[in-house]
Parts: sequence; structure tokens; C-alpha cells
Amino acid sequence: MTPIIDMSGVTKRFVRELDAAEKIARRLGAKVEERTVHAVEDVNLKVARGEVLGLVGESGCGKSTLGRMVAGLMTPSAGAIRFRGKDVAGLKGKDAREAALKVQMIFQDPMSSLNPRLRVETIVGEAPQVHGIVPRSERDAYVADMLTYVGLDPAMRRRYPHQFSGGQRQRIGIARALAVRPDFLVCDESVAALDVSIQAQVLNLFMRLREAFDLTYMFISHDLGVVEHISNRIAIMYLGRIVEEGPTEAIFGGANHPYTQALLAERPVIAPGKRKFSTIKGEIPSPLSPPPGCHFHPRCPHAFARCKVERPALKEIAPGRKSACHLNDKAA
Amino acid sequence: MTALLQVENLATHYFTGDGVAKAVDGVSFSLNKGEILGLVGESGSGKTCTGFSILRLIDAPGRIVSGRVMFDGQDLASLDTAALRAIRGKRIAMIFQDPMMTLNPVLRIDTQMVEAVRAHSKVSCKAALDRCRQVLAMVGIPAPEERLASYPHHFSGGMRQRVAIAIALLHEPDLIIADEPTTALDVTIQAQILAEVQKLCADTGTAMIWISHDLAVVSALADRIAVMYAGRIVEQGRAAEVIEAPLHPYTRGLMDSVPSRNTRGTPLRQIPGMAPSTLDLPKGCSFRPRCPRGDGACLSQPPEVEHYPGASARCFHPHMREATAEMPA
Repeated sequence: MTPIIDMSGVTKRFVRELDAAEKIARRLGAKVEERTVHAVEDVNLKVARGEVLGLVGESGCGKSTLGRMVAGLMTPSAGAIRFRGKDVAGLKGKDAREAALKVQMIFQDPMSSLNPRLRVETIVGEAPQVHGIVPRSERDAYVADMLTYVGLDPAMRRRYPHQFSGGQRQRIGIARALAVRPDFLVCDESVAALDVSIQAQVLNLFMRLREAFDLTYMFISHDLGVVEHISNRIAIMYLGRIVEEGPTEAIFGGANHPYTQALLAERPVIAPGKRKFSTIKGEIPSPLSPPPGCHFHPRCPHAFARCKVERPALKEIAPGRKSACHLNDKAA
Repeated sequence: MTALLQVENLATHYFTGDGVAKAVDGVSFSLNKGEILGLVGESGSGKTCTGFSILRLIDAPGRIVSGRVMFDGQDLASLDTAALRAIRGKRIAMIFQDPMMTLNPVLRIDTQMVEAVRAHSKVSCKAALDRCRQVLAMVGIPAPEERLASYPHHFSGGMRQRVAIAIALLHEPDLIIADEPTTALDVTIQAQILAEVQKLCADTGTAMIWISHDLAVVSALADRIAVMYAGRIVEQGRAAEVIEAPLHPYTRGLMDSVPSRNTRGTPLRQIPGMAPSTLDLPKGCSFRPRCPRGDGACLSQPPEVEHYPGASARCFHPHMREATAEMPA
């Protein structure tokens, strides 16, 4: 079966162009380089239909950039994203529109992703009407349906976003995404800003909608507990690269990559009694000048000479499990 | 042992155009020397406001309307401003959620830190700088000498928070109030900061109020936990006991809705509804409309009852430890 989303070699670079003074300085022989951030580097990932893929990483690791490329909000600098087997970049006209509609995104902060001057009925109802999904005459009923699905009272549809609480606003964002009948949802830290009790409500909603609408999710989060609960498969990113990938049980049962192990060890869990925090040293290096070889080697407790020079490839270590670490070669 | 800090019936209300918001409404707790108290609650529960009220950092339209904050024999709630200023930053320090708000972006770290040292003790600049170097090393900042000459924007988020903690430690305070200090940080950085804080509190005997929405962090760090809901402490007790056998239905609901405590793939147990507005609290127990155990009795305000030694809750139907089975409807 063709995967619904297939990323191959997806790379995103952000380059800051030289300004006039720097160009002149370079002409005169000064060493001025363009500054390039490798936000996402050579990512290969497949998402099967009906699956929930969890994408985990710390801030600045490129997980949101990857999500935005999948949702079509950014174009990759290199590599291709295929939706149902077709390269999205090569599509034209009706096909391109179709592909764009079928992949929707739900953002972290609903207040900055909902237009504050539009009423909820417009926010939710505008896109399906423009794209001919519902005729004008049925729009009101359609909006009411969508609001009911996400657990909002249709009587609230004349209100503005600021009249809702945080959890309700997130529900509006979900209703807006659902209104164009997508197959694939990219959820970028969609529950991160919510309180625990509200977060549970929204996560339950996500799981219910997945069954009702036959959806596939890419769930981006820094919260391992949330990702563990909702995903079938998990990919862990560090500084633009995927370092480990595999089924949720397998990763939480025994992480292979030292970074994943550290993340799991330091995840705060509710448990009685004080705990000692053992820490991985250092901070995430700047993506402007990532360390050579394995990006994680300056913080890795097991790093050896090879890690400093050669980038480890993401290799299969068990069926369906991949990890990018030289230690796996050493053991073999 | 007498308590270092004793908060009695503290109430802070905001007098807004829409009515009186009871952000903090009758909060009492005490804190011993060297103890870490975790103050937990969801947004709007009044936990930050409680922390700010202790140091009287409440701006209009807010006002402390009643209660006492006894710190080492003095009532901070009625102290005159000059005496209060001698305590703020010297004997009680505060760490805020966003270190960028604590640090002045246009001043170098050394300027800011030396100013903080000399605000409370008459020492030479050189002695002050030595002290700065010392505390920066304590919080795990490598090469403090070079870092002192940097500006806040040169630091990463985690490093900035370390600087803010270092500033709080300058005068070896008796009490540190930390308001969500690791919320904005990544997991690995958060673990580093928590490790430092644990070590520092153990080494220096500083007491701490750790305000957080994250039960997991608090459970690993605190000696005692107080859970706030809609301006009141609904439950407090020893950390392990609150986590293992919560008395109040809200504490129980809060812990049950954390994903890692649920079976994967099944719906999460959730608390229905949402937290009430402090402008318009329900009659009686504020949690009643969302509570599975709420009934007619809950229409009057439940008093704080000590159900077990050191473990109290404001609830007419607490989950008692012998019989944890659900009450019949």
C-alpha cells in the first residue's frame, strides 16, 4: 500500500543573504560567509494511512519546520514530499488544490492562528464554501455540524475567538481544519498550551475524530507523555535529523539512541518520593554551526572517535526500527 | 521548630470593572526552614498570585484584602515599604517564569548583578564581582568570568534562567519563591536546572516555594505539595502522600488526566467542563459543577479539615485512604 505521506530526502535550509556592506567587504577580500541554518536535513519518513506518527524533539530541532513542509506551508530546499504517491511540488491546478486541502494543520496557539476579527461561523465555514464542498445554502447547517463534532455548542457560532477559553479556541482550530474534509492532519504542539485537564479533553477529541473521519495524524510535540499516549509510531529529531524511529512500544520499551535514552530518563513522571535528576551535559548546539559527525556527540556519554568525523546513517536495527548511531555497528 | 513562613487566611482580590475577582481567597500554609513546597494548579487558579502576594508584588486593581504573612516574626502584609524592601531580594528572593523579564536587556550581566549585591550590602565593587563569580559557578555556568561581560541576549534560555537563579542566590536568602521557572525550557535543560536547584537547597538550607502547573516536576522535587483550585488550596500534605493517595477529587482528576498514567490508546480520563472564572465562582465548593462526588452538601463552602496528620483537604466527600471505592451515586 502506498503511504499517504512519503518524505524522501527532505531538507530545508534557511540562508541569510549578505547585505550590501558585507558583499563589498567580501569583494575586498574579507572572509564573510552567508549564514545557513540547516533546519531539516535529509529526512526520510513514511506515514501509512490511519497511523498516528509522533514527532518528538526539543525546541529548535526542526520538527515544526518539517510539519510545515508536509502541510504545504513551506517548500523543501531539496527532496520531495509525496502525497498518495504523487510529488506535491509537481502538481498543478486542480490536483495541487486537492492535495493542499487534504493535508491540514492545527497550530499550537489558536489565538495567533484564528483571525480575531472573524466570527466562528466564518472561520469554519469560509473555506468549505470557497472550495465548493458545501453550497451557500447549506453552509450554516454544515458549520453547526462541524462545531458539534468538536464539542462546541453551535449556538456560539456568532461569537469571536476572544470570547472563548483556550481549550475551546483549540477546538475551533480543529473544526476549521476538519471543515475541508482532510485525510491528513499535522498537529504542531496542539495541546502544549493547554492545562492538563483541558489537554486530556482535547486529546480524547483527537482520538475520537480519527476514528470518525478516518484520519491520519502527524503529531508534533515535545511532551513524551502525550506522544506515547496517542501515537503508533515515533520519530525522534535532534538538530534537523531523525535519530531514531520505531513503534511506540518498542521505543518506550528500550530506546536505542543515546539521545532518546536521555530524553526518556529525564522525562518528569508523577511518582511519590523525591528523585535525583541525572542530566545530559550541555545544551543543544546552534544549528548555525552544528558539530561535525554525529550532531549529538558533544553531549553523548558513549561518544568515541568515529562519532566526531562521520555522520551515522539511519539504519534498520530491527524490523520497523531505525536508529542513527555508530554504537550499533560496534556491537555487531 | 517554628515555621519560617506562615501564611494565614490570605486573600487577594482584584477590583475590576466587571466585579471583584477573588484570585486568592483564604489561603493558609506554612513552610519550615530548608523545605520545598510545591504549589500546583492550573492557569488562573491563583498560584502565581499567592506567590506575588507574599512579597506584596500586587498592583492595582489588585489588593490584599485580608490575612497575614508571618515571616520570621514580621507580618509582611502590614510591613512598611522600607522594611519590606530590606527583605525583598535579600531574605526572600524570587525567580520568574521568563528570565528575559528579570534581566535588563541593555545592561551587561555584571552591571546587573553587582547592582543587586550592593543594593543590600555595603561592599566594594571588587568584592561584589567576586560574589557574582561564585554564584554563577554554583548554578553551573561555565567560564563565569567571560559570561559576566555578556548581555542577556548572548545567553540561551536555559543559561538565562541559571543567571536569574544566581541573582536570587546572591544574598543567600532564607526563602526563594520560584514561579514556573522551568516551564519555558526543554526537557533536558529542565532536568539540569532541577538538579542544580535540588543540590543548592540541600547545601544552603534555603526554603523554597516552587509554583508550577506540572505535577510531575513537583512530585520529584517537593517535600510538601499544596494544590490550588479557583483561589483556594483544596488539598495539602506531604508530597508522596498527595501523589499516592490524594484526598480531593480535583487532585485525583488532575493526576488521572496525565497521559502517562493512562493506558495507551484508550480515552484519557478527563475532568468535564472547565475552571470557573474567579469573577463568578459557583456557590459553595468551586469544584462542585465538575466533581463526580458533588451533591447538596457541597453548596456550602467546605472548611479545610485535617483528615490525617499533616494532610488536609477542603472537601465534604474526600477519598479516604481506607475506602477508596467510589461512593454510590
